[in-house]
Amino acid sequence: MTNMNLYSRGDRIFVIINMILIGLFALSTLYPFIYITSLSLSTGFEARAGNVILTPVGFTIEAYKQVLSEPLFWTSYANTFIYTIFGTLMSLAFIIPGAYALSRPQLFGRRFWNLTVAFTMWFNAGLIPFFLNMRDLGLLDSYFGIIIGFAVNGFNIILLRNFFEGIPQSFEEAARMDGANEFQVLWKVYMPLSKPAIATVALFCIVSRWNGFFWAMVLLQDEDKIPLQVYLRQVIVELSDDEEFATSLLSAAYSFETVSAAIIVCSIIPILLIYPFMQKYFNKGLLLGGVKE
Amino acid sequence: MSITGQGNTGSTEELVIEAQEALHYTPPGRMQRVGDHLRREWQLYVLLLPTILWLLIFLYKPMYGLQIAFKDYSVFRGVAGSPWVGLEHFQTLFSNDQFLRAVRNTIYISMLSLIFGFPMPIILALMFNEVLNQFFKKSAQTIVYLPHFISSVIIAGIVITAFSPSAGIVNTALGWFGIEPIYFLTKPEWFRPIFVGTGIWQEAGFQSIVYLAAIAGISPTLYESAVVDGASRWQMMWKITLPSILPTIIIMLIIRIGNMLEVSFEMIILLYQPATYETADVVNTFIYRQGLQGGQYDLAAAAGLFNAVVAFVLVMTANTISKRYSRTSLW
Repeated sequence: MTNMNLYSRGDRIFVIINMILIGLFALSTLYPFIYITSLSLSTGFEARAGNVILTPVGFTIEAYKQVLSEPLFWTSYANTFIYTIFGTLMSLAFIIPGAYALSRPQLFGRRFWNLTVAFTMWFNAGLIPFFLNMRDLGLLDSYFGIIIGFAVNGFNIILLRNFFEGIPQSFEEAARMDGANEFQVLWKVYMPLSKPAIATVALFCIVSRWNGFFWAMVLLQDEDKIPLQVYLRQVIVELSDDEEFATSLLSAAYSFETVSAAIIVCSIIPILLIYPFMQKYFNKGLLLGGVKE
Repeated sequence: MSITGQGNTGSTEELVIEAQEALHYTPPGRMQRVGDHLRREWQLYVLLLPTILWLLIFLYKPMYGLQIAFKDYSVFRGVAGSPWVGLEHFQTLFSNDQFLRAVRNTIYISMLSLIFGFPMPIILALMFNEVLNQFFKKSAQTIVYLPHFISSVIIAGIVITAFSPSAGIVNTALGWFGIEPIYFLTKPEWFRPIFVGTGIWQEAGFQSIVYLAAIAGISPTLYESAVVDGASRWQMMWKITLPSILPTIIIMLIIRIGNMLEVSFEMIILLYQPATYETADVVNTFIYRQGLQGGQYDLAAAAGLFNAVVAFVLVMTANTISKRYSRTSLW
């Protein structure tokens, strides 16, 4: 605000209106989350009657008790952690070496390999051939199928490759003098220098794994293997059509609305916990490769 | 200068040959050169191999499987063994009202998202750039980026809850104005506004990052000279900031047009119901229902191929046009 007095009257009005508009947009982004949280902490009766607007009405944690007493909720929660952790590690194991190799000028047919990667960003065979391929590989209904089947993403490879290309040659030359081979150059020089870029890619992987639902829904039949998002869908989307279930809960301390609000809150919490760490990186990360490609 | 010391009579080429003969050296053949290169750089290919194999197995092999779009696919005979039927599936599709409706809806919904959704992050970035109070700016950004990280299932859950006829806040609010509750999610005419609005709410903030990055790269001297000339903040925004980020805007537009047919069908699957298929069913949800739920793999694959080819043509066209008129392009 230091230069505020340098501004003309018109500029000041402009700046103030601008701030108000941004404030409104931010509030409209925040409000649904507040609303859902309040709903989850209200009694089923008040929620059904549409009395919840900003703060909880008739404060109760019955909905949470209901959600947390469901074994499938915990199973799917644990599965999500498995898919997120191992899926992200798997992605990095493919993306980092691949991006490094593609960034080396001496790679024979470099243009061709890069095109092989980039082409998948613009053209893919579609849902059905992908599904049939997973089935032919025997990866239906398996943890491993979900973990490996979605490991590589062309955009992430190119993002990291661009970053590697930007690292000055001199770092590598120094390591070569000391007799380092390609593996050592990648492990000891490039990876430490690329922490922000790798962290960004890892975060992209974590978020997409944590949130992924479509293919888990299609590929997994066994209830014990489904991730949280698929379970959420079963509860929120399918039960919202189930009038009988909804009315059976009418008089209870919780209702369909409060239960689904509670389960939404439970599944957002982990994202909110890592959000501050994520934020540090994604500003930087998108600058690295996003614009360039 | 001659290496063999017999005077500099020949051309450089001759000299080289002379030198090679003197050293008993013959230039390596192509195979040998490749061999030498591989022996020296094998580690590089070891690093590249897993990624390429992954792409071949999970993304390129399905492209081979796409041929079932032209076959009478039978699970028992497999992709290669099933008999060819030519363009039969495409004929079926183009005489199928549901498919044609899905194509129309796809175009309609993506046009709406493009028209209303594309400018929003640009406007937001321009606005964020004018905020002087860093604390306010950071906090607002933190909030508007957040929905991007929330899964479509949760967003759909929030939409379903908020628009519910009895308990939802939207109908409660309408009630204050004496409006009867509307069953939004069962009304075809409401599907598109809700879907497009949700998309903007979820992504506009996060997408503004790219433009903010572009704005950060603008040379401060441009603004300094504008201040000397007595330009207002508004004029600087129009005359400096916006033109400076135009290349980024064009690139994002190309990407957007290329992905146009990839309307986020996950969200549609979560939000639509038979009552709203009329306006909500898109090509990808059609494929999902016919293929993955109905088992008509060949027909659904044909629909997918149609979608992918149109998308590919779209991005190529957008890129070519952009290259010609603005010298900005993806490749």
